[in-house]
Amino acid sequence: MLKDIFFKLNKKASDEKAESGAEKQETIMTKCPSCKKILYSKDLHKRLNVCSNCDHHMPIISTDRMDALLDIDSGRKLFENITSVNPLNFPNYEEKLASDKEKTGLEEALIVSHGKIMGNEAVVAVMDPRFRMGSMGSALGEKLARTFQYATEHRLPVIVFTASGGARMQEGILSLMQMAKVSVAIERHNKAGLLYIAYMTNPTTGGVSASFASVGDINLAETGALIGFAGRRVIEETIKEKLPDDFQTAEFLLKHGQLDEVVNRVNMKRYLGTILKMHKEVV
Amino acid sequence: MVFEFEKPVTELENKIKELEKYAHKNKLDLTTEISFLERKVKDKKEEVYSQLTPWQRVEIARYIKRPTSKEYIAALFDDFIEFKGDRAYADDNAIIGGIAMFRGRPVTVIGNQRGMDTKDNIARNFGMAHPDGYRKALRLMKQAEKFKRPVICFIDTKGAYPGKAAEERGQSESIARNLVEMAGLTVPVISIVIGEGGSGGALALGVCNKLYMLENATYSVISPEGAASILFKDASLKEIAAESLKITAADLLELGVSDGTIKEPAGGAHHDKTFVFNETDQVLQDALAELVPMDGDALVDQRYDKYMAIGQFSE
Repeated sequence: MLKDIFFKLNKKASDEKAESGAEKQETIMTKCPSCKKILYSKDLHKRLNVCSNCDHHMPIISTDRMDALLDIDSGRKLFENITSVNPLNFPNYEEKLASDKEKTGLEEALIVSHGKIMGNEAVVAVMDPRFRMGSMGSALGEKLARTFQYATEHRLPVIVFTASGGARMQEGILSLMQMAKVSVAIERHNKAGLLYIAYMTNPTTGGVSASFASVGDINLAETGALIGFAGRRVIEETIKEKLPDDFQTAEFLLKHGQLDEVVNRVNMKRYLGTILKMHKEVV
Repeated sequence: MVFEFEKPVTELENKIKELEKYAHKNKLDLTTEISFLERKVKDKKEEVYSQLTPWQRVEIARYIKRPTSKEYIAALFDDFIEFKGDRAYADDNAIIGGIAMFRGRPVTVIGNQRGMDTKDNIARNFGMAHPDGYRKALRLMKQAEKFKRPVICFIDTKGAYPGKAAEERGQSESIARNLVEMAGLTVPVISIVIGEGGSGGALALGVCNKLYMLENATYSVISPEGAASILFKDASLKEIAAESLKITAADLLELGVSDGTIKEPAGGAHHDKTFVFNETDQVLQDALAELVPMDGDALVDQRYDKYMAIGQFSE
């Protein structure tokens, strides 16, 4: 009997979690997993889940990031209805998609909005690693390719926040080809003289890292983000060598000349707004 | 005969050899028996080779004696001159490239180069390129564009090298850069998967106007072993993974990724290299005849339309 009540309470709590989407908010205090300091959840949320003590970046969900970035009421969602199918009839793929849709309330691992950042117009795409690890299948590729297409037509800059385990294996070669698809759309946008900012967040790996994430006019990454082509375990097995702790972090990439800058999430909006201001088209 | 699935054929062939030996030794006439067995070998071969599973094709595609880029270049082109280096860090032996004449026309040829034996394989890092290789390829493609030469790429790699130095020098960026730059090339780009097309490392030579695949070549987002261990948590399920991933020439043709399949002799290209070179030569001639008259913008548009159309989703 008592057990039943507990179960129900737990269930309710997890439902609320799914509804609000913000796991950190339901408790008053949150412990930073890095420095172990106890923080007020409300303050932490205001700092976009960045620890005020050690600057550790905790995950932020795509919709929260979009809200934090765009000027209030400036955003218009794009390509919301594009969603994945199971082109190869891959075993269990549909079940996995359905469960991630329910878990996240998203149709795909990417949301796109046309909005303003500090008064500067831009098209912003944010990937969400909670949905199939942010992997890129046909639907995500289509959404992103259309993002660049739309921005080329309307002569707008694009900012893509990447977060992905790579290509979506369940879509086989079609997922690999999305790397090419997004690339041809980027090439057009680029040739039109328009700005593309790639903003890599935790984690950006595999086929996403090896395509649109790495070819911005400006390549940025978020503090502490894991970024790389191959997985650490695969590399260690291949070279029979232990890799340094900071291997494939944003800071490691910066040191090796792969990034323009590592940006603290707290400064994201101001940083991007300033860059956009300097790229406004002078008519 | 080298593969497990060829065993029934090998057994019959061994039997013929034994009979021949026996006949010779004992001065007997066994021609009827032998010719009967020879017919059986032929039937068995047809049976085995006409229903190769995706995994069996993977084995053929990876076979060390399967013709490599170098052999295609030597057979199909005249006056090949290899150009080396990325002008930044190194010359990557896992990718070769240069200029050559194809049927009287100067072209740029680039290919993944795996080793033709163990020693060669070590020198060529088993055909797995570092960023330097992709940057060399890009440099040669841009050079081709300047001199209005078509670009022909031979794809044959397990994938880009997963190593420490590769990551430090920007493996991701080097591949990503090639995809975008290839999208914008104003000259014809033809890519042919001759062996294994391993994910991003293959695609870095594969954003093209026309993609062709050898009949037993494979092209996949991940190796069957990799997919089996990640998705099915069991690497021994590679046969099933190979099936599920849809990696064969026929699959890619159906999915709209490949533009054509190049025929191989029964059992694979290594059985009759000349046959495969002739087939490839013909396909290249036809593709060039179609692409060469197109101007730069039309070629870029064709590539754009081709890739924008790939994928299946609902809306």
